[in-house]
Amino acid sequence: MLTDWLYVGLFFLVALFLPAAAIIIASLIAPRKPNPIKNSTYECGIETVGSTWIQFKAQYYIFTLVFLVFDVEAVFLYPFAVAYNQLAFYAVAEAVLFLLILLGGLLYAWKKGALEWV
Amino acid sequence: MSFLTDPIKFIIDWVVSLLNSWGLSEGWITFLTSLVGGGVIALLAMLFVIFLIWYERKLIGRIQDRLGPNRVGPFGLIQPFADMIKIFAKELITPAGADWLPYNLAPVLSVAAVLMIWAVIPFTITVVGTDLNVGLLYLIASGGFAALSVLFAGWSSNNKFALLGGFRALAQLISYEVPMLIALLVPVMLAGSLSVTEIVAQQKVWFILSAPVSALIFLITSVAEIGRAPFDLVEAESELVAGFNTEYSGLKFGMFYVAEFLHAFTAALLFSTLYLGGWRGPFAEQVPILGFVYLVIKTFIVYFIFILFRGSLPRFRIDQMMDLNWKILTPLALSIVILSALVDKALTPAGMVVRVAGLLILNIITIVVTSRLIDRSWKGRKREIVTTPRPVAIANPGKPESQESASV
Repeated sequence: MLTDWLYVGLFFLVALFLPAAAIIIASLIAPRKPNPIKNSTYECGIETVGSTWIQFKAQYYIFTLVFLVFDVEAVFLYPFAVAYNQLAFYAVAEAVLFLLILLGGLLYAWKKGALEWV
Repeated sequence: MSFLTDPIKFIIDWVVSLLNSWGLSEGWITFLTSLVGGGVIALLAMLFVIFLIWYERKLIGRIQDRLGPNRVGPFGLIQPFADMIKIFAKELITPAGADWLPYNLAPVLSVAAVLMIWAVIPFTITVVGTDLNVGLLYLIASGGFAALSVLFAGWSSNNKFALLGGFRALAQLISYEVPMLIALLVPVMLAGSLSVTEIVAQQKVWFILSAPVSALIFLITSVAEIGRAPFDLVEAESELVAGFNTEYSGLKFGMFYVAEFLHAFTAALLFSTLYLGGWRGPFAEQVPILGFVYLVIKTFIVYFIFILFRGSLPRFRIDQMMDLNWKILTPLALSIVILSALVDKALTPAGMVVRVAGLLILNIITIVVTSRLIDRSWKGRKREIVTTPRPVAIANPGKPESQESASV
């Protein structure tokens, strides 16, 4: 068990190392002649107006709330799916009831207009 | 176990016995084989991208009635190498005001997130990186990780187009993730395990036969996850210059390019592992190397479908994409999980053939009903007709425009 996670950990380090090494090698080979015009932000050709890191009105923030609900529900559903073959019909019916409540919740959110792009 | 039937396992065993003969302890051997094995898989995957780029450019060229690369080498096969050498020698420009750490971390993370997936894929019956018992959750988590790197790149480059690309990546993440998570419940239910090796081992009958709706939802959502056409809103060239990677140049841009192609291929690999039986095929148990060949063939077929999508479909608008994911795919995924659970449990005593046939019929009925419902809701919808006068080019320049529009 621990060996599996050792492999995943090592794999992550290797996966980080390979692209990083490539970029470092490229930065050694590549020319470096910065000047203010070249380094300026590339937008439309004229100089940029205002700061970029502003507060932005996210039009999908109610989607995000619905997403949070569903993501957490999915975590509850995976144990059911793994144990499915050993479950009796009664237990499956109970899980189906849970799924139906979830579907009802989605329809409610839809009816309330939470799934509209505003 | 001979070299001819299973060369990969043969080499691994040879390396282990070699290390044993050097007198290393058990722990060090595990460490070294993990490191070398992981390194080889990751390196081969990254080099494989060179071929993928050629394949995709050639196919897209044929779809658009062009020849594609054909000058450098036979059929243009050396072209990606030339491009690679060129991009290595290009200047790495860091824009003024960029946030240094996330700006440089983003290209590395985007490749790493894709490579992580390769750690749990079973390539043949004997060769698998590692058999995690929560493999499927690990795969989904790695997919979410890739979206994070796009957000990093968009936020840190101090460019408004890049920032919009990052925001779109987030909107895309929260809408495709839910139907994908729910649709993947069906293969987990049928296999009774989250381990990818176990899911492949359980596919005596490929899951695309017993769960085609779930496979379709996974196909669509994985195209959305990898951010390719028709869901390439994150880097929509006609709207956002180049999207999240506007401010990247040289090999840092190249890494995003590599990550995009590799992610597409990895999504095809996942689809063929989860639904098309992975390495399964005739004689794959006796001659394991055949399993690898089958897996590659299946993956290339799915990858070809991805390229067909890219060559033939126009881009979605973002609200259309969220409508598709939330109002069609999510209810469909929930219903197919409910129906599959009930029907499969009812048919379990009847045996394997009846079970698969029942599930297949159920899936076909679900698809037909869904398409009818969508048709009906489309027919009921009226197109809005814009009645306000629009600004148009004036036919007679002598006449003032205000009178023209007032008379309409």
